[in-house]
Amino acid sequence: MSQVGAIARRSVVRTARQPASVIPPLVFPVALMTVNAAGLQASTDLPGFPTDSFLAFALAVPFIQGALFSTMNAGSDLARDIQTGFMNRLALTGLRDWALLVGQISGVVVLGVFQAIFYLMVGLASGVEFESGSLGIVVLLLYAALVSLAFGTMGAWLAFRTGSGETIQALFPVLFVFLFISSMNTPRDLIAVEWFQIAATLNPVSYMLEAVRSLIIEGWDAQALALGFGFTIVLLLVSIPLASHALRTRMTRT
Amino acid sequence: MNRWNVISGVAWRTLKNALTNPQIVIPTTLFPLFFFTAFAGGLSQIREVPGFDFPPGYTAFQFVFVLLQSAAFSGVFTGFGVARDFEGGFAKRLLLAAPHRSGIVIGYALAAVVRWALVAVVLTVVAFVAGMDIGGGAVDLVGLYVLALLVNFCGFFWAGGLAMRFRTIQAAPLMQMPVFLVLFFAPVYVPLELLEGWIEAVASANPLTYLLETGRGFVAGDPPHVAGAFAIAIGMGAAFWTWAFLGLRNAEAAGA
Repeated sequence: MSQVGAIARRSVVRTARQPASVIPPLVFPVALMTVNAAGLQASTDLPGFPTDSFLAFALAVPFIQGALFSTMNAGSDLARDIQTGFMNRLALTGLRDWALLVGQISGVVVLGVFQAIFYLMVGLASGVEFESGSLGIVVLLLYAALVSLAFGTMGAWLAFRTGSGETIQALFPVLFVFLFISSMNTPRDLIAVEWFQIAATLNPVSYMLEAVRSLIIEGWDAQALALGFGFTIVLLLVSIPLASHALRTRMTRT
Repeated sequence: MNRWNVISGVAWRTLKNALTNPQIVIPTTLFPLFFFTAFAGGLSQIREVPGFDFPPGYTAFQFVFVLLQSAAFSGVFTGFGVARDFEGGFAKRLLLAAPHRSGIVIGYALAAVVRWALVAVVLTVVAFVAGMDIGGGAVDLVGLYVLALLVNFCGFFWAGGLAMRFRTIQAAPLMQMPVFLVLFFAPVYVPLELLEGWIEAVASANPLTYLLETGRGFVAGDPPHVAGAFAIAIGMGAAFWTWAFLGLRNAEAAGA
């Protein structure tokens, strides 16, 4: 556990010392949400739109967008460790593989929860009311931690696999596709273009967004929460063995 | 070596760098397509919002925004290349070798135009495949693309001016964030009349709103305030042209 703690502390401190890693994940999703919420307020007039506040509807987006940044942060930091030879030096110590992975991801989760609290405060300060109450906020923070964990592990897998920060950065647009082709701006049942509706329905990110959204605008929706948590856990269960295997391969190579 | 040699040499090298590097060419081409797909596909139901009146449809409504956005960002991304050239020392050698240094800036600008033209072709083909309707005639479409071309000039001269002052790629956020904000503080999703609150006030004061409305009018076949929109675009282009050439003087004075 002391190994995990040391790596986690290093991960958090390193991130905190880089404004470029902390500020964009906080500011960019909120800026996008603010602009979208103002520009798309008129769409709440559509029959069947679930709320009369687009800001409340859009507040789910930063939580998932911030988690995408977690993938990039975790991946880029680990790739830098590989590129600079830090991983080689670690391989000479008694550090266990899993401690490196857990420690690194713990740092990402801490940042993810910090981001979630920031988005939450922005939402509350903007007058968004949580239909699920204070218990819903607790569930939301737990979910944010789980999403960061899943995406962070995925980022770690990409880093161990590629060993290149540049490649991780180049994958950013690919991750963004999942966010854009989802129910990010419109409820799935109100998407008029058929292929887009199908793509959004097949996209797990839609269910992640809808789980967060349900806590904000609907209250307790067991199906939305089950799907959101379910897909996130599946992503985590897929990412962990991939990251572990890639890490073992990487440590063997070093 | 005359001015055209400098212009064509710089443009050719910049284009070759941009088009043969997947990490540059893919995001530049894909981002406008992502935006177009997400907006035209995911938000198409907005055409049913009471008060929304754009006869060619929501796909055409969003096409104009994404076309102008791609024009602006092709210019900005070319500005990133200028910054990289200064950071890597190539621009210093270029300044020493080129007898007509204004040709360097014009060469980069030409590359920005060609880069955008390639994106515009892809975007236009995708839009028509997606079933975009056009209410305007050929003259209207020429007007739309000329307007977008002027936006491309503005995007490049703004970013290039900054690149030549800062001479580092670390200035990239400074190049793109203001452009991003100006674009998204315009009536992106719905017409100006349907905006409410602070965004309505900001969009009304945003010069890009007039370009966007005129562009959408070209597609609908009934462009509003054409002279005003072109005056704004040409005026901004002239201002940013001056800004860029002052940036070149700044780089020369600093010895790049």
